[in-house]
Amino acid sequence: MKRIIVSLLAALSFCTSVFANEGGPAWDKFPKDRVTDMAALQNGAKLFVNYCLNCHAAAFMRYNRLRDIGLTDDQIKKNLVFAGEKVGDLMTVAISAKDAKEWFGAQPPDLSVIARSRAGANGSGADYLYTYMRSFYRDESRPSGWNNLVFPNVGMPHVLWELQGEQRPIMETVKDAHGHGDTHVFKGFETTKPGSLSRADYDLAAADLVAYLQWMGEPAQNQRVRLGVWVLIFLTIFTTIAWRLNASFWKDIK
Amino acid sequence: MADFKTAPADASAGVKFMTWVDNRFPATKLYKEHLSEYYAPKNFNAWYFFGSLALLVLVIQIVTGIFLVMHYKPDAAVAFASVEYIMRDVPWGWLIRYMHSTGASAFFVVVYLHMYRGLIYGSYRKPRELVWIFGCAIFLCLMAEAFMGYLLPWGQMSYWGAQVIVNLFAAVPFVGPDLALLIRGDYVVGDATLNRFFSFHVIAVPLVLLGLVVAHIIALHEVGSNNPDGVEIKAKKNDKGIPLDGIPFHPYYTVHDIFGVGMFLMVFCAIIFFGPELGGYFLEYNNFIPADPLKTPPHIAPVWYFTPFYSMLRATTDVMVNVLCVVIGLAGLISLAAVKGKARIAVAVGVLVAVALLKTFDAKFWGVVVMGGAVIILFFLPWLDNSPVKSIRYRPSWHKTLYGIFVVFFVVLGYLGIQPPSDIGTLVSQVGTLFYFGFFLLMPWWSTIGTFKPVPDRVNFAAH
Repeated sequence: MKRIIVSLLAALSFCTSVFANEGGPAWDKFPKDRVTDMAALQNGAKLFVNYCLNCHAAAFMRYNRLRDIGLTDDQIKKNLVFAGEKVGDLMTVAISAKDAKEWFGAQPPDLSVIARSRAGANGSGADYLYTYMRSFYRDESRPSGWNNLVFPNVGMPHVLWELQGEQRPIMETVKDAHGHGDTHVFKGFETTKPGSLSRADYDLAAADLVAYLQWMGEPAQNQRVRLGVWVLIFLTIFTTIAWRLNASFWKDIK
Repeated sequence: MADFKTAPADASAGVKFMTWVDNRFPATKLYKEHLSEYYAPKNFNAWYFFGSLALLVLVIQIVTGIFLVMHYKPDAAVAFASVEYIMRDVPWGWLIRYMHSTGASAFFVVVYLHMYRGLIYGSYRKPRELVWIFGCAIFLCLMAEAFMGYLLPWGQMSYWGAQVIVNLFAAVPFVGPDLALLIRGDYVVGDATLNRFFSFHVIAVPLVLLGLVVAHIIALHEVGSNNPDGVEIKAKKNDKGIPLDGIPFHPYYTVHDIFGVGMFLMVFCAIIFFGPELGGYFLEYNNFIPADPLKTPPHIAPVWYFTPFYSMLRATTDVMVNVLCVVIGLAGLISLAAVKGKARIAVAVGVLVAVALLKTFDAKFWGVVVMGGAVIILFFLPWLDNSPVKSIRYRPSWHKTLYGIFVVFFVVLGYLGIQPPSDIGTLVSQVGTLFYFGFFLLMPWWSTIGTFKPVPDRVNFAAH
């Protein structure tokens, strides 16, 4: 029995992520604790409806689910619903797929489960989004004038540019170890035009937005973890009783 | 027909009721035969939890499945959205869905362990051949059930996984393209495919599965359970005809299995509540992107439980086909030396036909044959094993090593099947595939070799 448990645990331990989204620059770690921070989630929701929910829909998400992050129907209606929708409506957008394709080159993806879909070898989906939202840089060769380090030649312009300002990546040229020319190594960003937020404050805002996206990917996730603790406590008691019950029955068997 | 019984006039209401029922339906008889007077060996170890756990997971899958079908829409336009609707708007829908998705993987975990138990203790040997064959058929049904169920969320991996696997049928000579068309119901995976897979997943396959499970258990209770010592407990009975080493299934193994259920549910619930994606193994990240027939993902891999067999498919390259020709040629030469007369001609013709067929058809087709054969070969296990003892406990120690290597290769094949193809990966999976088939096909020969330990008359049991 013990051997089986140990080997099962060992089998679980090598279960690291092995899926798509490999390669490219390393992703920054998203500060996970923000997903349970109501103020961060509310700020993220505000940023989301103001900046994202014009081109991107979140068509599986209802406005009134925001009650789960501590908002009342009234607050939602007053602050987060703009186009006369009801609080029970889904977060859809009016942009047509055809127009979007013409303007951006691709239809902006639905963001309901975006955080769940972007996980990969470099980290969680939230890590990816946190890095992505902070990796836009000016690139005049692109139609939108923007490019992104973790999503090269992205169709989306930098919607948070007023907050972040403009930046450019510092690339250091390194001699290739085998002597086959040079490689460029990313050495961080340099602000070329400050935005309304400092670099640190912008990182916090991006973290709030990503926290919201992460939460929206599975609104039940915090409830799930809270409930799970009680379920496991119950099962521990149940299994202990079953174990002793088993032992008392099996006393007869010689 | 049994005699019509009458309960004594002063009997309790319960006794009178059961007498009434038993005169019309063998309730008490069934209860005795399958529970209170089904004598199971007393020396079961932890490996024997997985049979009852498989039954538990089957019930979990059926019950959660019933509730999922109440809200799920098998329509390519809204299937993905309906799953998210279950996850968000259906009360406790997320829990039901995670139980079902985790249950799918848990099913394969317990079934693989259950099958391995049968393998090492020789539970497929006479007189349990049919128990084993029904079990293999259950495994086959389970694979079909899981494959078709995986299409239903209509994510990228659902879509492209189904596309890849259905296209494999197109490799069958002559009828392949028509066969693939018949399965899909369209020229690409689409709404028609989703609808028929839904129908199969929800009705057809579960019906067959349930019938096979009943047959599996009836056959088992007819011949009696094997045990870790591989001793036939029915050979030694007391004066009442009860096996000396047998104990009633109820209450001893019911209470034992409840303990097993508790242990299992702790792991199962830990996954459901704290990591239902299990690092992308139970719910693949790509599957949170709605199916897009115009955008092929860079790397398509089946869910983990299919990957050992998927690896064998990918291992069957043109080079591998040549290797198989050489192997068949060598086997032919050895057989030629062993047989005489007309049999020699038969062997020579057989080898030539096999090699000609291998070189005529595409390697892709042989990949499909290898993948299917890897499952089908399990059905023949009762007639491949010639060892004088059932249990691994009394086999030569190098047999144990062989079983160990078998497990290692199976896990490595599974791992490689998840990874994108690579040269070294292909080579390792080719070696693994050859080992897998060698293990089974050469078993009639190797299972007889070595010094076997004497099998005791009675089972080994230390009181708890």
